[in-house]
Amino acid sequence: MAAVMELLPAVAEQKISVRGVTKEYVLPRGEVLCALQNVDVQVRRGEFLCIVGPSGSGKSTLLHIIAGLVSPTRGEVVIDGGRPKGPGPDRILIFQDLGLFPWLTVLENVEFGLKMQGVPARERRDLARYYLSLVHLSRVEQGFLHQLSGGMKQRLSLARALVLGPSVLLMDEPFAALDAQTRDLLHDELERLWEETGQTIVFVTHNVREAVRLGDRVLVMSHHPGRIKQEFAISLGRSRHLEDPEVALQAREILAELRGEIDKAVRAEYRGE
Amino acid sequence: MLLGLWEAAFLLKLWPPHLFPAPTTVFESLRSGFVDRGFWTATSASLNRVVMGYAIACAIGVPLGFWTAYSRLASDTLGRLFVGLQSLPSLCWLPLAVLWCGLTERAILFVIVIGSLLSIAIAVESGLRRIPGIYRMAGENLGARGLRLAIHVLLPASMPHLVAGLKQGWAFAWRGLISGEMILVTLGLGRLLVLGRDRNDISQIFAVMLLITAIGYSVDALCFRALERSLHKRWGFASL
Repeated sequence: MAAVMELLPAVAEQKISVRGVTKEYVLPRGEVLCALQNVDVQVRRGEFLCIVGPSGSGKSTLLHIIAGLVSPTRGEVVIDGGRPKGPGPDRILIFQDLGLFPWLTVLENVEFGLKMQGVPARERRDLARYYLSLVHLSRVEQGFLHQLSGGMKQRLSLARALVLGPSVLLMDEPFAALDAQTRDLLHDELERLWEETGQTIVFVTHNVREAVRLGDRVLVMSHHPGRIKQEFAISLGRSRHLEDPEVALQAREILAELRGEIDKAVRAEYRGE
Repeated sequence: MLLGLWEAAFLLKLWPPHLFPAPTTVFESLRSGFVDRGFWTATSASLNRVVMGYAIACAIGVPLGFWTAYSRLASDTLGRLFVGLQSLPSLCWLPLAVLWCGLTERAILFVIVIGSLLSIAIAVESGLRRIPGIYRMAGENLGARGLRLAIHVLLPASMPHLVAGLKQGWAFAWRGLISGEMILVTLGLGRLLVLGRDRNDISQIFAVMLLITAIGYSVDALCFRALERSLHKRWGFASL
């Protein structure tokens, strides 16, 4: 194994490589909407990468493409040196709209992925319970989705992904709907899990401070068409806190870059684009 | 209340008693029917048939519904054919059934299956079309493919829209059964109706009709309402 890594240092180093990805949608009236244009992203093994950008910058689309749920119009995604066809349990996407299953109990939702892998009932129940306790949902394990608050649903979808032990975790604004305390707690929890498991995380958010709090690197995407506009390496030590002055300072720098894009997006929305 | 009206109508002698029996004579004939076991054997024979027919209809109708929902070609051809054929009352299939299968048990089964199959297939198709795309994506993301995706994600996700179709399928199966039994000489509730007519026994006809209604109602109450209750409990009223 070591020999292979020496032979292929680039392959070993890069976990995810997005190469020249363009995604175009044909609208009902025949117009072509370019959601992503010629995007290149390299994610190192074990890296925590954050992507910020205004709405309409194609952040979600990029995550869906990496997850294999959407295929790019042009370009390719390379994972561990291979080109996977479609989605796989090694890359779990946490959706913005969650996509939790209302016909299952809280516990069964967490068990779902394991069940699809054929993990025996006893074992998957234990694993699911452990991850539910990590996100503080043990008390409602027999409940149903409509009984949970927004924040609880967010935590549930995190547990549902983590239980599969994916080597890549793709997160689409997962904490946007949470109250500040819960979000702080989950930042700590996520960071701890990431350091323990060595997972590669691509985390999309509109909150620049959150990106600086969590990321090794922050990419800023531009509005219409979605491109990588700039890259910031975050060299602050861990563990950071959302309210740290260094975090705020770095966030302000990124925000200045982002502001122009946000203005552009807002103007476009007012014009009804 | 309804019983009172019935009794009143009888006492007013609007119709002669051999055409319109008193409630008491009808209940008497229900009782004697069950006592001499004739009603029991007929009911169990009929229930056997309809359960079997409905099971076959589900086994064929659900895959057909999937096929028409996810294949453009199947939807344009089979899907439209189903909607057209559904307007045929199940009794219309009987002559065909008799020619194909003869005057046999299989002919009745055929009528039951064909009657409910179409409405089940149509319900499955429209239920699947109404599933929000996120469920499918989430399922695929968590490793569900093909048949497992269909069984563990698509079918339960469409269930709230599907229940009405399954119920309708059951009602059609039940109707197909009685019509089939009335034509063919065999044991069953439909046969009891015909026997009542042949013997000019109006109270038996009323009794059997009452029994058929009662069974249809209990199945609805026991099976489908339980299913609906479970759906409400899981999905919550708001999200339906």
